[in-house]
Amino acid sequence: MKPALDWLDSRTGYRRLVHESLYENVPGGARWRYVWGSTLAFCFMIQVITGIFLWFAYSPSSQTAWESVYFIQYEMAGGWFLRGLHHYTAHAMTVLLVVHLMQVVIDGAYKAPREFNFWSGIILLQLVLALSLTGYLLPWDQKGFWATRVATNIVAITPFIGPELQKLIVGGTEYGHLTLTRFFALHAGVIPGAIIAFIVGHIYLFRKHGLTPKQPRRRPDAAFWPDQVLRDAVACLAILAVVLFFVFRYHGAELGAPADPSEQFSAARPEWYFLFLFELLKYFPGGTEVWGAIVIPGVLLLILAVMPFVGNWKLGHRFNVMYLWAMIAGAAVLTGLAIKADRNDPNYAIAVVSAQRDAERVVDLARSPAGIPPTGAVTLLRTDPFTQGPKIFARNCASCHRYDGHDGLGGKPKDEISAADLKGFASRDWISGLLDPAKVDTPHYFGGTKFKGGKMSEYVKEEVANFSAEDKALLQQTIIALSAEAGLKAQKELDERDAQVIDLGKKALIGERMGCMECHKFHDAGEETAPDLTGYGSREWLVAFITNPEHERFYGDRNDRMPAFGEDKSLTPQEIGLVADWIRGEWYVPKPQHP
Amino acid sequence: MDTSDASPPTDRREFIKKASAVVIGGTITLAPVAAGLFVFMDPLRRQSESGASVLVATLASLPEDGEPRKFSVLATKVDAWNRTPNVPVGAVYLQRLKGEKVRALNVVCPHAGCFVDFRPAKNHYFCPCHNSSFGPDGSILDPKSPSPRGLDELAVEIRNGAEIWVTFQNFRAGVHEKIPV
Repeated sequence: MKPALDWLDSRTGYRRLVHESLYENVPGGARWRYVWGSTLAFCFMIQVITGIFLWFAYSPSSQTAWESVYFIQYEMAGGWFLRGLHHYTAHAMTVLLVVHLMQVVIDGAYKAPREFNFWSGIILLQLVLALSLTGYLLPWDQKGFWATRVATNIVAITPFIGPELQKLIVGGTEYGHLTLTRFFALHAGVIPGAIIAFIVGHIYLFRKHGLTPKQPRRRPDAAFWPDQVLRDAVACLAILAVVLFFVFRYHGAELGAPADPSEQFSAARPEWYFLFLFELLKYFPGGTEVWGAIVIPGVLLLILAVMPFVGNWKLGHRFNVMYLWAMIAGAAVLTGLAIKADRNDPNYAIAVVSAQRDAERVVDLARSPAGIPPTGAVTLLRTDPFTQGPKIFARNCASCHRYDGHDGLGGKPKDEISAADLKGFASRDWISGLLDPAKVDTPHYFGGTKFKGGKMSEYVKEEVANFSAEDKALLQQTIIALSAEAGLKAQKELDERDAQVIDLGKKALIGERMGCMECHKFHDAGEETAPDLTGYGSREWLVAFITNPEHERFYGDRNDRMPAFGEDKSLTPQEIGLVADWIRGEWYVPKPQHP
Repeated sequence: MDTSDASPPTDRREFIKKASAVVIGGTITLAPVAAGLFVFMDPLRRQSESGASVLVATLASLPEDGEPRKFSVLATKVDAWNRTPNVPVGAVYLQRLKGEKVRALNVVCPHAGCFVDFRPAKNHYFCPCHNSSFGPDGSILDPKSPSPRGLDELAVEIRNGAEIWVTFQNFRAGVHEKIPV
């Protein structure tokens, strides 16, 4: 063995290299407080390795970025773990950077002759933060998209070159493909390359000047290997354990709904370690934000950079340590304020819930048999009744109608209910309620409308109220038949089971005893003075109704206040279809997964 | 032998050699950098295509009481190599004013680009990102608001007595002036 190694050494000189790396002198012996630099190098190594493997599966474009990250997270075996490792190690790195900086400042390791070492460290700190900022956008989810919009708009206020700089980073004036290709090139190429260059310089300078021993030295000098290496390794193991805890706890990293530049995202917040900057911006009135976003952080960093000179003065070192603590305390207070403000803001809570709902929903849709179309996953949510229905309802219908007592999204509209509650519209229960003398004139049905006390309510309260047992049985059949016209998904099995009852009910509907045809129409029978009951509550019926309730087929000129949403073009045909599908409970439901 | 005359040419030759090495070395490095930077700067040479008039809604869809309503602006979205017709490119708040007039405000907060929200209970616009607030006419409500200017009003034209056409544009964030992007 030895001759072979001798040969190798004579050709490469590897022994000297190994010796230099492992037998670096540690003055005063190994200590735990020296591990931080190594933990950072370890984290960076994790990021490079996991990043390269993520790269194998990632596709930066506005139609494929979210989709490929979804595929990594939910479809590829172990993808969530790889992504989680990358994500939480990034968080760990930010924390470790601060700890490393504190250790360097407290131990006075920034002082002459180690100025360049310190400066290269400050540059590394900023490069790592730049990695976080660029990486945040790459999944192209709502959170990353909106946070990046804010961050790049802040870039635009940089004096002199701001707007041009923003255009170069964003790849134009709009956010899209080129924003992703640029951010990805920065995240996976330019910034890591710069970090490697600076780490090499940082370690070279560290070796050149040696370690700054913590005084008093407790033990005699020792070599880096094996005592310090062991301590470093144990520290790295501990970091990995913490990271793994979060990876398993949250099953990888979060993935929000795909970015939609036209969809409001009120839950936009930066990553927690940028919250202090986010909070700081709230305190700068219009036009002065350049102070909060650029000048003040710049000055704070500058003071950090001149620490080696300040440290030469008598009380300089004490000032430096206090300054660092003050910065950390300031950032902590601002972070706390930001979190507190969000906790006390009910609108933010609603926004977070709605963001989570969209995020879960889009995954269900992506996993549906139809899968993700080539136009991207954003189309899935835009064409999903379950997602869009409540929003359209809240915006256009909920000033009069309700859905299970709320505005569709769970909120409470400004005005009292003044038209029917449409939860379960056209279902057997809903129609039974309408035909219930005790309910027909409540706000749930006609109570808030001009139909209160009208012909229909008169019929229910006077005739139905006095029905015999036999009539009631007939009414029940009629209700079942009328509800079957809607073809509701939720009643599919019931309707199939009750086919015979439905046939009887249809006869009752046009029969004299029930008397419906005195006002309503059903296929060829009846009068057209009240809404047509042919296909009542079906998709076609509901879409036509929302499009124009004043049509002769429905209320004609007896229409109350309902706008003709389609005729007026205040809703597109697609929007009307979405809200109709949602009211009818017609949306994709994933099959329950069996364990 | 007198060599003093030979010395200057040698120095000169040395200098020319060194200078040539530096110039050549610099040039061959600059060539790929310049080629790359030139392409990298491409976005600076492009003009945006915004500013077209778009049919957004009809008068009938605006509440009589003047409460603003939000509408998507559908147009052709250009994303580098993709052109997608009839998709949302932004959104506006439309508000009915006296005399069949309509006010259109871009929903983008002029501070940092989030979408503002109209809060009917308080009758104002509110940005959920950094808490800027705006009056119903889009003007800054709280002088401490981080937004440097009020919401951006867009030109509106009523055609055929009922159609609301809006000249849709985005503007640079973070500055007092309203500069189209």
